Amino acid sequence: MKVSVEWLREWAPATVPTSELCDLLTNAGLEVDGTEPVAGEFRGVVVGRIIAVEPHPNADKLSVCEVDAGDETPLNVVCGAPNAVPGLVAPLARVGAVLPGDLRIRAAQVRGVASAGMLCSAAELAIGTDAEGLMELGEGYAPGDDLRRALHLDDTTIDIDLTPNRGDALSVRGLAREVGLLCDVAVTAPSIPQVPASTDAVFPVRLSHPEGCPRYLGRVIEGIDIACSSPLWMRERLRRSGLRSIDPVVDVTNYVLLELGQPMHAFDLDRLRGGIDVRNALPDERITLIDGRDATLNDATLVIADDDGAVAMAGVMGGARTAVRASTTNVFLECAFFAPLAVMGTARRHGLHTDAAHRYERGVDYQLQHLAVERATALLLQIVGGTAGPVVAETSEAHLPVPKHVTLRRARLDALVGEAVPPEVTQRVLDRLGFEPQASGEGDETLWSVTSPSYRFDIEREEDLVEEVLRVHGYNTVASHPPKLAQPLGHATRSRVPTVRIADLLVDLGYSEAITYSFVDPVHLDLFEPEKQSVAVVNAVSREHSVMRSTLLPGLVGALAGNLARRASRVRLFEIGQCFRPGVEGDADVQHTLCAGIAYGPREAESWAQDGSGVDFFDIKGDVERLLAPGGREVAFVADDHPALHPGQRAQAVVDGETVGCFGRLHPEVERALDLPSGVFVFELSLEGLLGRRPRRNAGVSRYPSVRRDLALLLHRDVPAATVEAITRSELGELLREFAVFDLYTGEGIDSSEKSLAIALTLQHPSRTLEEGEINDNVDRVVAVLAREVGARLRSGAG
Amino acid sequence: MNVDSITESALADTARAGNERALDEVRVRYLGKRGELTALLKSLGAMPAEERPAAGARINVAKREVQAAVDGRRKVLAREQMQEALAAEAVDVTLPGRQRRRGGLHPVTHALRRIEDIFAAAGYAVVDGPEMEDEYHNFEALNIPAHHPARAMHDTLYLDNGLLLRTHTSPVQVRTMEAQGPPVKVICPGRVYRKDDVDATHSPMFHQVEGLVVDEGVSFADLKGTVIDFTRHFFEQPLGVRFRPSYFPFTEPSAEVDMECVHCRGEGCRVCGFTGWIEVLGCGMVHPNVLAMSGIDPERYTGFAFGFGADRLASLLFEVDDLRLFFDNELAFLEQFA
Repeated sequence: MKVSVEWLREWAPATVPTSELCDLLTNAGLEVDGTEPVAGEFRGVVVGRIIAVEPHPNADKLSVCEVDAGDETPLNVVCGAPNAVPGLVAPLARVGAVLPGDLRIRAAQVRGVASAGMLCSAAELAIGTDAEGLMELGEGYAPGDDLRRALHLDDTTIDIDLTPNRGDALSVRGLAREVGLLCDVAVTAPSIPQVPASTDAVFPVRLSHPEGCPRYLGRVIEGIDIACSSPLWMRERLRRSGLRSIDPVVDVTNYVLLELGQPMHAFDLDRLRGGIDVRNALPDERITLIDGRDATLNDATLVIADDDGAVAMAGVMGGARTAVRASTTNVFLECAFFAPLAVMGTARRHGLHTDAAHRYERGVDYQLQHLAVERATALLLQIVGGTAGPVVAETSEAHLPVPKHVTLRRARLDALVGEAVPPEVTQRVLDRLGFEPQASGEGDETLWSVTSPSYRFDIEREEDLVEEVLRVHGYNTVASHPPKLAQPLGHATRSRVPTVRIADLLVDLGYSEAITYSFVDPVHLDLFEPEKQSVAVVNAVSREHSVMRSTLLPGLVGALAGNLARRASRVRLFEIGQCFRPGVEGDADVQHTLCAGIAYGPREAESWAQDGSGVDFFDIKGDVERLLAPGGREVAFVADDHPALHPGQRAQAVVDGETVGCFGRLHPEVERALDLPSGVFVFELSLEGLLGRRPRRNAGVSRYPSVRRDLALLLHRDVPAATVEAITRSELGELLREFAVFDLYTGEGIDSSEKSLAIALTLQHPSRTLEEGEINDNVDRVVAVLAREVGARLRSGAG
Repeated sequence: MNVDSITESALADTARAGNERALDEVRVRYLGKRGELTALLKSLGAMPAEERPAAGARINVAKREVQAAVDGRRKVLAREQMQEALAAEAVDVTLPGRQRRRGGLHPVTHALRRIEDIFAAAGYAVVDGPEMEDEYHNFEALNIPAHHPARAMHDTLYLDNGLLLRTHTSPVQVRTMEAQGPPVKVICPGRVYRKDDVDATHSPMFHQVEGLVVDEGVSFADLKGTVIDFTRHFFEQPLGVRFRPSYFPFTEPSAEVDMECVHCRGEGCRVCGFTGWIEVLGCGMVHPNVLAMSGIDPERYTGFAFGFGADRLASLLFEVDDLRLFFDNELAFLEQFA
């Protein structure tokens, strides 16, 4: 909310400098977001009154004005403004004046005519932006008076960013209450006398939905002259609060809104039919709003209606049909209390944000309506004339908010704050804020019983009062100390791999960590998970971010593409993050954390020591093996059917019998669809699958010699190495200490349907030295079983 | 041939021997079984008996002298040979080592780990929770009923399965309180979401860390001490910290915390918008309604909570002036933090 400090000081005559006032407000929870002078920097400008205007002898568009500047003799000033007419009171920059932009005014000849100064527009003085003509000051200003003093231009607009609980401070009246408290000065409201009715004119009002509108005041004002303009002082206050002057009726309602915090609306009385009914809208009832927009309402929208239908969205915006216009002579003023719940949602549902809705949502003082309607009536009659009828007030007492009675215990206050707050501070805060505190008890036992004032909607319980006291006592004056809390010992577990270990391992393996958006493009997701359901974002920012990822791969592929576009030739990225699927809560599959990586380009960064060969399946498999190693569990790899992976280069990792994820090369069709080059490898594993660990223990180390036997086996190409290993392990049992595949050969000298696999067996007995004979027997048996089971033959010249 | 001349030529030959083999030949020629000095010794028998001892002594002295010269020469030759071999094996030590290029953690992860380490050392448990959340845990349990104006502060992304994307990690605090009861001392780091367009300071996804302490006798002074110590440890500077009253539905009293600008130390600069201060976190005493809804007696227990953006702290720590860089995943950017 923007407000003029001058206006604020009129209510609460604080003497502290504005900058200090801003700090006080900010430190009390009313954050001053910015300050701005209300006018440009200038001096030597006075009030001038044009006495006579003559055409300039040498220029069509200029005139020569005789101006009363309070001196004995009038001044001659050349002026080009179209509104320079005799009788106009406007700012005059005297010779010697300095205007914004360091423009110095000198005595000058303008096309041969002497000019003793310059008549100014508002824009030239940076009092707003109006550059159309001379600034019209109106009545009440004496020629020769210093303009800055006459218009109170040494004023500052402060912009206060109020939190949603402080609807009570959305007015000069509310802010003045705070200033009064913070500066310890008495708040004096302008006197607002009742304006007695001078006619009997009334317009009937009915409250059909008293829960939404417990109080509605209306008043008929007839015979106004809407062509009058609002006085400068009012226009200035509106301007300094960030509002434009529209017409006197709007200006007055806006003025009351700013001054007292009461939103009001004026209808053109002659366009209202029958009577006012405050009711919920009918299904699909329509209204054209003042701003020209059409809205279709529903039965949750509170409206003001006449006999012909809705004329306003209650507390949000008026309708076009009954709007006040240039031809309006009779108005019906509305001043109501709408319940916050009745207004909340309506504005947002229709994408409207208005000053009225902003206040009603947060709570408008429900005892303010009579005062506000009198204030508006008096201001309006002053400006546009006319006669006022009696105030028609419909109130449903039963539906008005009920004041809250809350007790503040001194001991509780001190305990929550962490130090003793002087009781006189507490007393003063509660007094000044209008809580009418009743103190009882002594010392630590002191209690204050308070009643929440009608303008406070945020006082429910003791803690709310603690905040009120503390924010004035000063958040920054409370001594701070780290908490003294019991510190239990930490937990240790040997059946888990620490999560950071996985990320660190990936970093050591050469992967950089990416963080990609959790919402992805449905087209990309579909490439990776064509058959599966996903969760959609209902109000997504864009289509590219409209479904929740069920796999990390679309994000990583996108990051790869981004890097390739920046001419990266070698990319290794990983991400650990939550992925999502539809389903019921508690279903483990609904959201779980995955760990995925992507690799493209040379195996190693280009170097004299590297051959520059590209990453392949076994690089990515090796990385997966390394990731699974800290868990120390049994890992197997089996063929996979992931649709986005190359059918001949894809596998699943199975840990202790459970699949933890897959890896392999991207399917060429997927690469093509994503416009990626060939040779992209990925892995994706469940984080949980990586974190399980077999507790380590010592199984004993054999002290007896080990022997190695190498075998070169000829096998059909399709026989997996893992089968050879499994057979060998099961045949040799505890005698086999190590199994290694040390060579793989296909090509010349071997049938094209076959491959040669060279394996090394390291044999060792846990408790004795193996004899040559039994070593040979064991190895021969393995060869025999491999021959029988998978058709393996020993390659000649080896073994 | 006399002893002196033989010795002289033996020493000269030794000094000339260019390698092990030549040296051996020298040794054999003079000291071998048929060597010249050996032969001289053998010829002693032909001398008169009274001259023999003196001549024998002279020859033995000469033999020892030559033997010592040969041994010395051998050491020199061995050393030279080693020098040659070493020279042949020399490499260009300035060539880069053979290694696997290392990756790196994301700067936000670095910041999160730093935060977790600081709090873990003080006994805080690190807990996480679901990013797809229900309305109850994201709003109602935090004292934000439907239509509350505070909901407008959280532009929420809703999902077609009836859930929403959590707008803060506070729901994890609620879940923790529901699950364990007091005393509670946790931090909840994680991704959170808001319906925001992407620009230098906004992202529809970012990272938050919230902390919660609930016990008997927890006060606002405790909260202040915790928050102030944290900022100082995180930035490793004794930064000024100020608290401003604010409003969050789930805390009462609530505060917004400003920290002296890490960049200009309060002088005013571009980073802090020339104010000298940077808004870093929101905090407050846990609202009694929130405690009660999680089954904790608010009359007996009090607590404080705080929350801040990890991306924001990372951007201050690493001097990253555009949030978009964090989610762009450009290797050249990421590798700076490896």
